[in-house]
Amino acid sequence: MSYAIECRQLTKTWPGNPPVEAVRGIDLQVERGTCFGVLGPNGAGKTTTIEICEGLLQATSGDAIVLGKNWATDADKIRQEIGISLQETRLSEKLTVLETLTLFRSFYRSGMDPAEAIAKVSLQEKANARIKALSGGQRQRVAVATALVGNPKLLFLDEPTTGLDPQSRRDLWRIITEFREGGGTVLLTTHYMDEAERLCDRVAIFDRGKILAIDSPQQLIADLGAEHVVVFTVSGQNPASLPEDFGVGLPGVISARLETEHRCLSVREPHIAIPSLLALINERGLRLTSLTTRQATLEDVFVHFAGHGLNETSDGGAL
Amino acid sequence: MSSSWKMHPVTQLFLARFREFIRQPEAVFWSYVFPLVMMIALGLAFRSEPMEAISIVVQTGPGSETLQTTLSGSKNLIVSTGIEAECRQQLRAGQSELIVVAQSNGEKSGYQFTFDPTRPGSVHARDVVNDVLQRAAGRTDPVETADLAVTEPGSRYIDFLVPGLIGMGLMGGGVWGVGFAIVDMRIRQVLKRFLGTPMKKPHFVAAMMFSRMVFMIPEIIIVLLVSRFVFGVVNHGSYFSVMLLIALGAFEFAGIGLLIASRAKTLEAVSGLMNLAMVPMWIGSGIFFSSKRFPEFVQPVIELLPLTPLIGGLRHVMQEGAGLHQILPELAIILIWGAVTFFLAIRIFRWE
Repeated sequence: MSYAIECRQLTKTWPGNPPVEAVRGIDLQVERGTCFGVLGPNGAGKTTTIEICEGLLQATSGDAIVLGKNWATDADKIRQEIGISLQETRLSEKLTVLETLTLFRSFYRSGMDPAEAIAKVSLQEKANARIKALSGGQRQRVAVATALVGNPKLLFLDEPTTGLDPQSRRDLWRIITEFREGGGTVLLTTHYMDEAERLCDRVAIFDRGKILAIDSPQQLIADLGAEHVVVFTVSGQNPASLPEDFGVGLPGVISARLETEHRCLSVREPHIAIPSLLALINERGLRLTSLTTRQATLEDVFVHFAGHGLNETSDGGAL
Repeated sequence: MSSSWKMHPVTQLFLARFREFIRQPEAVFWSYVFPLVMMIALGLAFRSEPMEAISIVVQTGPGSETLQTTLSGSKNLIVSTGIEAECRQQLRAGQSELIVVAQSNGEKSGYQFTFDPTRPGSVHARDVVNDVLQRAAGRTDPVETADLAVTEPGSRYIDFLVPGLIGMGLMGGGVWGVGFAIVDMRIRQVLKRFLGTPMKKPHFVAAMMFSRMVFMIPEIIIVLLVSRFVFGVVNHGSYFSVMLLIALGAFEFAGIGLLIASRAKTLEAVSGLMNLAMVPMWIGSGIFFSSKRFPEFVQPVIELLPLTPLIGGLRHVMQEGAGLHQILPELAIILIWGAVTFFLAIRIFRWE
């Protein structure tokens, strides 16, 4: 059985002066029946890659094979079998939810009843309400319903939960999980690491048009060699003069970094690292003002590979 | 379900467009009321009434009182008096068409006319006043003439105007209606979203054109009814010919609207392009006055503008009762415009 998606040496260069290389050689495979996450900061090439896979953009070079078919020869067949939710689509506010889904259903040879698609996203009560009257979260669910109404084998979701409140995010996570349990494949982009850890079987970490790492979320974290993070702050004589890698060299400490005033140590064994950290702070005549520990997350994986935080854009500016 | 006409993409796209339109009351109001207001205002302003009395001014001086009495005897003239400066002022302001001065040197007396020969009213006033004065001085007409007045429907300005307004309505509705709707969908990324579905592009374009042709039906009916029952405008030709022209005209301007909107990314850009396309037709295609008034060398261009054959064809049929075979050249030009713009638009259409 072919992959749901297979990209080989995909590149996309936007003409200009200088030309912008949005995607610079992407290789990835998405197994059928899995959820694949594309992670990375804004400008990392996530949307460009997903839009090439959706057939909305043409790659400059390389191939994107979707459900075993080629866009150049089988575009209509692929479109019958995929469902798409773009990052930003403002559906017509004058139409009702049911009318919108009936319209989208008419484009597909086969699919589900529009009412069924509405039920899948739990909007039965709003079926006859106009889009104008819906909240942001409800609109996003309608957008996902338009992607589901053609009964797709593969669902593309580009930042489906960006800007939504926690309850709406959980609603969408449930919809995505149910689709997967029905045997569907999902490709989603996100810059929420918790979302990827929760939903995805595998993730690819994008930065500056390239894949930095690709694996299951658990494996990526385990590969850091340090599954715990010690976060602390110190005060005393000019703490800013401390080096950024303060703490590196202590037993059990893999790496250190400074996030505004918080210092983060990636550690293998907190029970060994913490006493030696406290001793070092004492020795320098500093005072510990806070200390917590947490499990390492994909965010730490990203920082480890990219050398900069997720909340910075790919070219280094703050978000 | 998918096989029935109701679930055909063209039907569904048409329904979506139709619902969007009727759920926007202000859009409905303006597309149907504006042409009506225009027709009523112009119909009243240019209503055909017998020639109004002519205003003239007599310059005060020797003999001016006798002159004034003579002229006031004519019911076609409104006579005022004034000193030279006042007379000049009245002529300049258009309050009077003509200045009359009584002149006498010795035993010979006469009159001097001051008027603007480029003003039709002035020239006419000079002739009328001259006639009155010559007859008062004893001139007799050697030949007897008889007048027969004709003001029958079909030859009035309103009869000329209604086909022009129908054409203008079809142009504005098609170009604005289709153009704005498409650019709006492009801005909202709906076109891009459609591109991600198996929707066929010609289905989308056909639905846009079809919806435009349906929206204009009430507009045309309102204009024809009001012109018939308020202004007594009658159609001297067949209603089939009129309807055929209108349907093809709606198709033609939907195609032009589609082409104008096929690549524009902002509402500002599309507005500019629309005005660029429509201004030459507003001026040249004979909505308010005959396009034959333009110089000979621009006539070939004017005749090929999309609006000219539509209005021309409607006037042939409605005013002159022309048969279908007599408007074939007009129908051909309209059809070619519609078909060419339709196919060009599909070729160059930008979905995102």
